[in-house]
This record gives sequence, structure tokens and C-alpha cells, in this order.
Amino acid sequence: MNLFIDGASLMLLVLGLLFFLSGTIGLLRFPDVFTRLHALSKTDTLALGFISASLALQSGSLLLTLKLLLITLLVMVAGATSSSLIAGAAIARGVRPWQR
Amino acid sequence: MTDLYFYAALFLLANMLVGLARALRGPTMPDRMLSGELMGTTAVAVLLLLSVATDTEALIDVALIFALLSVLAVVTFVRRTWPEPGPPRGRRWP
Amino acid sequence: MALVFDALLALAMLWLAWQGVHAQTLFQAVVSFMLFGLLIALAWVRLDATDIALAEAALGSGVTGALLFAALGQLPPEPIRARRRTRWHRRLLALAWGLVLLAPIALLLYGVLQLEGRGLGAEVNASLSQANIGSPVTAVLLNFRAIDTLLELVVMLSAVVVVWSLGATAPSPLPWLPAPSLPALTRLLFPVFLLTAGYLLWRGEHGPGGAFPAGAVLAAGFVLAILSGARAPAPDGHTGWRLLICLGPLAFAMVAGGVLLAGYVYFEYPPRVAGLLMIGIEIAAGISIGFMLTALFFAAERDHSSQV
Repeated sequence: MNLFIDGASLMLLVLGLLFFLSGTIGLLRFPDVFTRLHALSKTDTLALGFISASLALQSGSLLLTLKLLLITLLVMVAGATSSSLIAGAAIARGVRPWQR
Repeated sequence: MTDLYFYAALFLLANMLVGLARALRGPTMPDRMLSGELMGTTAVAVLLLLSVATDTEALIDVALIFALLSVLAVVTFVRRTWPEPGPPRGRRWP
Repeated sequence: MALVFDALLALAMLWLAWQGVHAQTLFQAVVSFMLFGLLIALAWVRLDATDIALAEAALGSGVTGALLFAALGQLPPEPIRARRRTRWHRRLLALAWGLVLLAPIALLLYGVLQLEGRGLGAEVNASLSQANIGSPVTAVLLNFRAIDTLLELVVMLSAVVVVWSLGATAPSPLPWLPAPSLPALTRLLFPVFLLTAGYLLWRGEHGPGGAFPAGAVLAAGFVLAILSGARAPAPDGHTGWRLLICLGPLAFAMVAGGVLLAGYVYFEYPPRVAGLLMIGIEIAAGISIGFMLTALFFAAERDHSSQV
């Protein structure tokens, strides 16, 4: 059982790191602000969720787990709102989405 | 396991600093803000990992503050700094 | 391995500091400065100074960023500064200045290296039982050097007064809101801001926390509400605002003077009520700091179009 939890935790951690990496690659390689937004905010939020889940599996304390959950929820809500704000403001200011 | 968390934090720090290139290169204002958002989220993850790696529970509080205040910069930027051409016709908020 | 982490962090901080000074536009400089603040918080964490990391996270990368961005919005759009070639004698002058400034830094470094031991941590912990409070940092701030903290609050108060004396502050009309999710977010998050500020105040009694980060979180909540279209009376000339801003320094000074009447020395808390008094001061200071920072944000909002 313990081995199973350790393994799951490790897997979640590695997944989180990979998603952070993909977010950064997207931010650097994608052509315009909308695509970069898309690459960055979704993957980063997901990656943070994976990492909190990995740590929560190992925490062994309810308070700590609840704090991790709160942080993840905050980042989710804040990330979603700020992405929609930036995208909406970019459209309103006449930034044209990239087309091939 | 704690060593592993430290390596993970190191990886994320390096990742974050690579993402800094977008803040320096731009080209537009929101691109630089996106880099800031990346650094904010990654810093939260780094703090969580360091908190477990060094067994300092108070670092979770620092991560909480980062997570809570990260939205403020983007909101101020969109509402105040980004030069505005005037509202499009039609619906208005609020 | 820890060394690699720290070296990477230090190099990135130096690089961002350079960018902050030499950016082509003010906006780039502000972004670099904010990211610099974020890394500074991480550096404090690495130096085992969680208290300062907390304050830096709340003040440095949160409220200061909002203040700078709001101030930037009041400036006329800036042209991109062209990179001109500097003349050789100017370069020589800059080099000389750099060397002159390097001397005191070298002297300071020498002095630090001469220090014995590792700060005053042991002494503080040894006399912690006299302070009647659990957290060593709070004990230093509110007991051992209480007058310094009082004066810090007075400095902030003077800053607000000076800003008010520069002219009337009025919230400028808000620009068009691109997403309806912002007011919804603020309704959701504002209670979390209040809760976190209260949590930090409570936490300050026995761990990292306290009035300064709590006040900064409170101010961040207010600023978010203002930016989402909440209406608040302009702070200058408003009696309620004045009272709230003076609450912290006033409570502090009243405690300091009040103990004189009870036959104690200035700032010597009576042992029986010491903990209670410090908690009271902490709460009053936290509220005041929150409203002071919000008042500063209001000043950055000043509508320059009405002045000539």
C-alpha cells in the first residue's frame, strides 16, 4: 500500500514537471499572444494541480492537504480569470489572432 | 524522497528562468505579462516543493500569498496600463 | 546541489536587476522589477527568513506591482528609447563612479566578514520568555524594538499625508471591462483576502506572519475591489478614512504612553497583559497598514486630465 502511494506520488510529480516544461516551451515557441496564453495558463494550472496532488498524498496531515487544495483552487480561479481578461482586452484593442 | 523534491524544485527554477526570455523579448506588453504569470505559478510550485524538502511548513503560507496576489498584477495591467483605444460599440461592463 | 539552486537564483536576480535599470521602456522596467521582487522572496526563503519572504511576497510582488502599473497608466504613452552609443568620456565617468561606489560596499563586506557568530538569534531566543509572545520576530518587532516599529508606522503615515498634500485624489473613470468574470472573481476572492489577512495576524503570534503582510493582503483585496468597479469614498478629507489610517500609530502610542500612567517605563508592557496589548497593537497596525496602502493606490489613481 505504501509502495503504491509512493509510486502514485512520484508519477504525479513527474507529470507536473513535464506539464510545466510544456507550458514554457509553448510560451517561447508559439507565434502570438493568444496561442501563448492557451499554451501557458492551462498547462501550468494543471501542472500545479499535479504537484499539489503529489505532495498531498505524502503530507499525512489534514490541514496541510486542505491548504494545498486551497492554493490549487486559487491558482485555477485566478489563472482562468486573468487569461480571459488578457484575451478579451487584446481583442478589444484590435490584436488580430495569428493565422497561417 | 526529500532529495527528489529538491531536484524537482531546481528543475522548476531553471524552467522559470528559461520562461523569462519571453519577458525580455516581448514583443508586446501582454507577452511580458504572460511571462510574469508563468513565474508566479512556478514560484508557487517551487515553494510547495521546498516546503516539503526542507520541512518548513510556513513556506506553504508564502505560496498561499503568491497564489492569492498573482491576479492583482494582471488586473491592474489590463485595467490601467494597457493603452486603450476606447470601448467597442455595444455592451458595456459593468 | 543547494549551491546550484542558490547560484542560479542569484544570477537571475542580478540579470533582472540589470534589466530593470537598462530596459528600453518604463513598462519593461516595471515588469523586470516585479519579477525581481518575486525572486527576492524566493531568496529570503533560501536564507531561512520566512517572515521577510512573506512580507516581500505580499508587498513587493503584489501591492507594489499594482501601484507601479496604476502609476504607469497615468503617464503619456512613451516612445521606445533608441539605444544610442554613449560617448567614451561618459563611459569613463560611469566607470569612475562605479569604482567610488564599490569602495563602501567592499568596506561593508569586510565588516560583515569580521562579525563573530550568526546574528542575534540566540540572544532573542534566550530572552523570549520575557517578551510574553511566542514568535521571536514578533517579540523583536513589538517588544524589544517597539519604538522602531512605531516610527515605521509613522513614516508610512507621513507618506500618505505627503501624497494627500499633492492634490485631491479622485478615482478616475474605469475603462471598459473586457471580461464579465472579473467582478465575479472579486466577489469570490474578497472574503478569502479578508480571511488570509486575519490568518496572518493570528499566525504572527507564534510563527511567520504579522501586521505588515496582513495589511498588504488587506490592501490587495481593496485594490482588487476598486479595480472591479466597487465604489468607495475618496480617502482624503474623509473622517472615516482618517480614523482608520491613524488607528495603528494611535493605538501604539497610546499603549506606550498609557503604561507610563500605570507606573511603568515607556514601552514596558505590564507582564500580566503584555500578550493582550501586543495582539491589540498588531490588529490595529494591520488594519491601518491596509488602509494606508489603499490610500496610496487611490493617489496613483488621480485623474490628471482635470488638472492643467
